Amino acid sequence: MNAKTADKIATGVIYAISAIVALILIAMLAFILVRGVPHLSWHFLTSPAKAFEAGGGIGIQLFNSFYLLILAMVISFPIALGAAIYLNEYAKKSKFTTVVRTAIEILSSLPSVVVGLFGFLIFVVQFHFGFSILSGAIALTFFNLPLLTRSIETSLAQIPNLQREAGSALGLSRWETVIHVILPAAVPSIVTGVVLSAGRVFGEAAALIYTAGQSAPALNFADWNPFNIASPLSPMRPAETLAVHIWKINSEGIMPDLDAVSAGASAVLIIVVLLFNLSARKIGAQLYKKLTSA
Amino acid sequence: MDNITQKLMQKSESTKKDSLGKMISLAALILIVIVVVSIFAFVMSRGLSTFITGGVHVKDFLFGSTWNPSVVNPQTKQPYIGALPMIIGSFLVTFLAAIIATPFAIGTSLFMTEIAQKRGAKIMQPVIELLVGIPSVVYGFIGLTVVVPSIRHIFGGSGFGILSGTIVLFVMILPTITSMTVDTLKSVPRHYRESALAIGATRWQMIYKVVLRAATPGILTAIVFGMARAFGEALAVQMVIGNAALMPHNLISPASTLTSVLTMGIGNTVMGSLQNDVLWTLAMILLLMSLVFNLIVRAIGRKGEMK
Repeated sequence: MNAKTADKIATGVIYAISAIVALILIAMLAFILVRGVPHLSWHFLTSPAKAFEAGGGIGIQLFNSFYLLILAMVISFPIALGAAIYLNEYAKKSKFTTVVRTAIEILSSLPSVVVGLFGFLIFVVQFHFGFSILSGAIALTFFNLPLLTRSIETSLAQIPNLQREAGSALGLSRWETVIHVILPAAVPSIVTGVVLSAGRVFGEAAALIYTAGQSAPALNFADWNPFNIASPLSPMRPAETLAVHIWKINSEGIMPDLDAVSAGASAVLIIVVLLFNLSARKIGAQLYKKLTSA
Repeated sequence: MDNITQKLMQKSESTKKDSLGKMISLAALILIVIVVVSIFAFVMSRGLSTFITGGVHVKDFLFGSTWNPSVVNPQTKQPYIGALPMIIGSFLVTFLAAIIATPFAIGTSLFMTEIAQKRGAKIMQPVIELLVGIPSVVYGFIGLTVVVPSIRHIFGGSGFGILSGTIVLFVMILPTITSMTVDTLKSVPRHYRESALAIGATRWQMIYKVVLRAATPGILTAIVFGMARAFGEALAVQMVIGNAALMPHNLISPASTLTSVLTMGIGNTVMGSLQNDVLWTLAMILLLMSLVFNLIVRAIGRKGEMK
């Protein structure tokens, strides 16, 4: 075959493949949004789910998803930040750091269902937390830590060494340089990383099935005392999230308006995750503009 | 005088703060390591108890083809705990998904790096990022409402099975493989391409004979990462594979994977019973496989370096 014809054919094939990939995404998004958005209503978003009859909503699940997300972020962010600071600012290349980096890599590649089972074994069974928001938030933390650590570390590594040298030249200790010079400069890209990982955590279900549980007891939205079990803020209550809800109703298959509820819930899930993903870079860029003179 | 010597000899306020900060950040790091170690320790100890306290032979577990832990085999006095159907199911969906996804991923990343950089960055980059962002239960739901019925329509049967699982996983690992392949293609030095074009190669010859060869280790790494993701994916697969712990005879009959049996079973068995322990052994296999995938990635990386 002529080299020029081969070139043309190959180019055509590559164009076709990319078009197919783009079409797959468009078809999936269109499918979810077209099927799901018509079901969205204030009633659907706020009322509790009904297991055996049609017309239930996803109110409690939606609240649980956000509450778990916030708790998981609150626990995992300081740990990830500390680990990233040590890895990027203090650690020298040694056996210890190699081991640690390997450990983080392994944690990030563990199947999330295994992370969830570990959380079940330790927190639900051993520590008697039961199926609870707390167990779920800790499992999500384990799931989130490696990625968040790596993304913060990358953000810190992007700050030029000039800044660290300037800090040392001014007589600042390394810690002071990190806190007052490096971190503020890295905030925009750290925030981008955090928002992106929030999107992942929001859609995670496998790690939650056996930690936060698969039931969503009724909540009393007038009671904001975290120590009451019916309070939305109580960390010891079982909490089915939106993603788990979609999985559960589909694998049980007893809800009469199953398709409508799952389509609506999927649409909400996708819209929230897309919002996170799309806004991540914008928020970072905005912060960068605000914090620097650039 | 004494006062000044003392001040000079003592640690300054900021040195103290520095060592405190260092300690705190080190503690955070060590916490992560502890988590990883304890995940392995606990899951392994539960998983191994099938063989230690349950008295099951490793061979029977890995190569037995009947899975029904609640029924005891009258001849051997052991429950039926052959995990081979799930092991084969997991490997089948993983390899098939990787085989389908690889050409798509390479094609898409070539489009983004070699053919149309501008449109690649503008259109395909967001497409890949959005695909990464879609939660796995949504993939499962789409699989359940679109893929399964169409397979039922085309091939007959129930529609649940390895083929449906493969198709769902293919879309799920496609963005993983693509974005990593794009990174390796970008890291191929520009002068490789220029030299190829300068001696008269067409664009495709340049891509095929130079760029792809130089990027092979990176592309292999990307594929292994995609396979690791496919192997460990639980819910999306569980929703479409049919959850029948039978040896897969064809691609369209209900089957199961390690993850699907785990998600279905762990809540229905009593902690400490053999039925429960064998599930933890499945989790242990998942854990070990993700280690194996890691080792493969490392081995590829080392080979790529030597060149």
